[in-house]
Amino acid sequence: MIEVRELTVAFGDEPVFSDVDLTVDRGTFVGLVGPNGAGKTTLLRAIKGTLKPDRGTVRLAGDPLSTLSAKAVGRRVASVPQSTTLSFDFPVRNVVEMGRTPHIGRFGSHDADDVSAVEEAMAATGVARFADRPITEVSGGERGRVLLARAIAQGTPALLLDEPTASLDVNHAVRTLELVRGFVDDGRTAVAAIHDLEMAARYCDVVVLIADGGIQAVGAPHEVFTAESIRASFDAEAFVGTDPTTGSPAVTTYPTSETDPRRVHVVGIGRPTARVVARLVAAGHDLSVGVVPATGAVAGVAADADVPAVTVPPFEDPERSQVAAAADLAADADVVIVVGEPHEHVRPVTETATPTVQVPADVDPTELLETVAAATPDEGESTDHPDGSAEAA
Amino acid sequence: MRVVRRAAGWSGALAAVLVAVVVVSAGIGPVRIPPAEVVKVVLNALVVPAGIETGSRGAGTLTLPTLEVVYTSPFAFPVADVHHRIVMYVRLPRILLAATVGFALAAAGTVMQGFFRNPMADPSIIGVSSGAAVGAVGFIVLPISLSATVALPLVGAVDLGISRGVGVSLFAFIGALAAAFVVYAIATRHGRTPVATLLLAGIAVQTFLGAVISYLQLQAGESLRQIVAWLMGHLSAASWGDVAVTAVLVPPLFLLLLVHARDLNVLLLGEEEAQGLGIEVERTKRILLGASALITAAGVAFAGVIGFVGLIIPHMLRLVVGPDHRVLLPTAALAGGSFLVAADTLARSGSAEVPVGIVTAAVGAPFFIYLLMSREVHEL
Repeated sequence: MIEVRELTVAFGDEPVFSDVDLTVDRGTFVGLVGPNGAGKTTLLRAIKGTLKPDRGTVRLAGDPLSTLSAKAVGRRVASVPQSTTLSFDFPVRNVVEMGRTPHIGRFGSHDADDVSAVEEAMAATGVARFADRPITEVSGGERGRVLLARAIAQGTPALLLDEPTASLDVNHAVRTLELVRGFVDDGRTAVAAIHDLEMAARYCDVVVLIADGGIQAVGAPHEVFTAESIRASFDAEAFVGTDPTTGSPAVTTYPTSETDPRRVHVVGIGRPTARVVARLVAAGHDLSVGVVPATGAVAGVAADADVPAVTVPPFEDPERSQVAAAADLAADADVVIVVGEPHEHVRPVTETATPTVQVPADVDPTELLETVAAATPDEGESTDHPDGSAEAA
Repeated sequence: MRVVRRAAGWSGALAAVLVAVVVVSAGIGPVRIPPAEVVKVVLNALVVPAGIETGSRGAGTLTLPTLEVVYTSPFAFPVADVHHRIVMYVRLPRILLAATVGFALAAAGTVMQGFFRNPMADPSIIGVSSGAAVGAVGFIVLPISLSATVALPLVGAVDLGISRGVGVSLFAFIGALAAAFVVYAIATRHGRTPVATLLLAGIAVQTFLGAVISYLQLQAGESLRQIVAWLMGHLSAASWGDVAVTAVLVPPLFLLLLVHARDLNVLLLGEEEAQGLGIEVERTKRILLGASALITAAGVAFAGVIGFVGLIIPHMLRLVVGPDHRVLLPTAALAGGSFLVAADTLARSGSAEVPVGIVTAAVGAPFFIYLLMSREVHEL
């Protein structure tokens, strides 16, 4: 549906991105993610032809953009801008009707198709309720939905959205993306710049990570969203887990801590320990955990981050060999962190030669990171261990 | 369809108002003429083609058959000859010129406010009025003669002399278009004309031309009074010739603007969005700008600088009919015609005639303030 080849855009001498290649297939919902200023909006503008690229081509349904009239482009892609400058008090209905512009000739007027497209778009977006109010008097969120209704009324096979959820409350953000999702499930195509990584992960088929002047990764959300890719592109630490309620990748970001990686073994169970593990993985430390119940929170986080974990089946006490395995991991670490009071079964793990620090269940994250950073790295051994977080998928 | 009906309804009503204002105005003056008498005079003057008459011209062997269209007047109401003369030769040309100029200025003002998405925009914003003023004042002050005798073969010498009044209009018209073109050229880079640049270029050119006008006024000497009258707007010198020229220029340009009314609505969303909705933005802007400049030039060339009509009338009508240009443009134009006829009637009905530009501002501003305060207007 949309083909971008070797696209380069510069503002003055400052390139926004260069040599971007992207193919958007029919029936896919593509999310553009990336830090502020990475060029997500610029890429959308280049796709809809309102920005002339310095180099490269964009094809819409096979035809180069440069050979299409504005009207032809308007029949192939509709776009939902972040905001609109309209300051004359047109009724909302008229603004939605403007979406039909590419379908109407100079001397023509709205026919039955146009009217039904407008009514359907207003019903689908929940705009119909305030269709007769002036656009200048509706709230920012309502305005956002009016713009979406206008784009849907345009009746194009492809939809471009620039931060469609930025000004919406949680309910309308989800409803908007559900609507776009339904639009795509009907065989149409959508490309959206989205700030919210979890929303992108939940609704998009493909996410495109744009940063540092180019596309850093393209693929399914769980392939693209990794602690590494987010650290590299957003300059933030992240733990990429699985949202237990939706099953899609859940990205939790933290400020950068800039500590050197250490080998850390964590002992403890339950959510407090899971939080400690997630924070340490996000900071880039090389972790192991155990002994923990196989179905518990810690094991889940460890599995998400590919952290080696010694687990026991639920409701069973650990066997001697399992405790010994965990003790081996602990012996190999630079520091052992014990969260809360350790159970007597795992006491051998805390009694290795490795320095052991006990932290409370509600440990302050900064203190936690300082504690780990204070540990002396044991250079000889830590390199032998697989870097769990690096392989997170 | 709803919009077309609304536009037709409002336009019909305002056209009726315009006709009524014209008829009443034609009766007002030192000699009062009842409206019914005015209607009779106008109907008497109507002619319709009745048939074609064949005849012959020449003599002897060189007889040429000729075809001649015969006109008849369907009406022959008994009216006083003096009333006929006053209405047809004194008042009606002036009133119809006022109507056409008001129509043109209000139409151009409506388009400019939409085009610039700026409530302060008026037809003079791209330098048209200043350019017209420099042209007219220059012609009045400088020893420019348009009399020329051209020797043509066979016919002999032909005098192409143009009267002073026509010269002022011609120079004003040329000045208006030249100024608009300069503003456009300054603001255009690589085929794109950003609206903000255009606005600033217009202000810069207007300021410069203002300096030129001031200097010319200092040099004017005897003709200063004439210049001041022109700059304040005047319709007293109106002739049927002026009416004919504006009546030929204004309607086609207005229709050109009207068929772009929907594009103008979409342009209000911003140029990028308009482009996304299938509007060829730069081409549409050129058409709107060119037609507005021409229609304004046609108005100011004959009537001088008449402020306020192009600024206030669109706002008034926007408060009444809403911002949709498909309805706003024709209604504002018709209301502009009525307004200028009424203002000019006021200007000429006092003991001493005042320039109509003073009346439009003095009457228009308080009325507009009343509208602003009586309705909840947060934003224009």
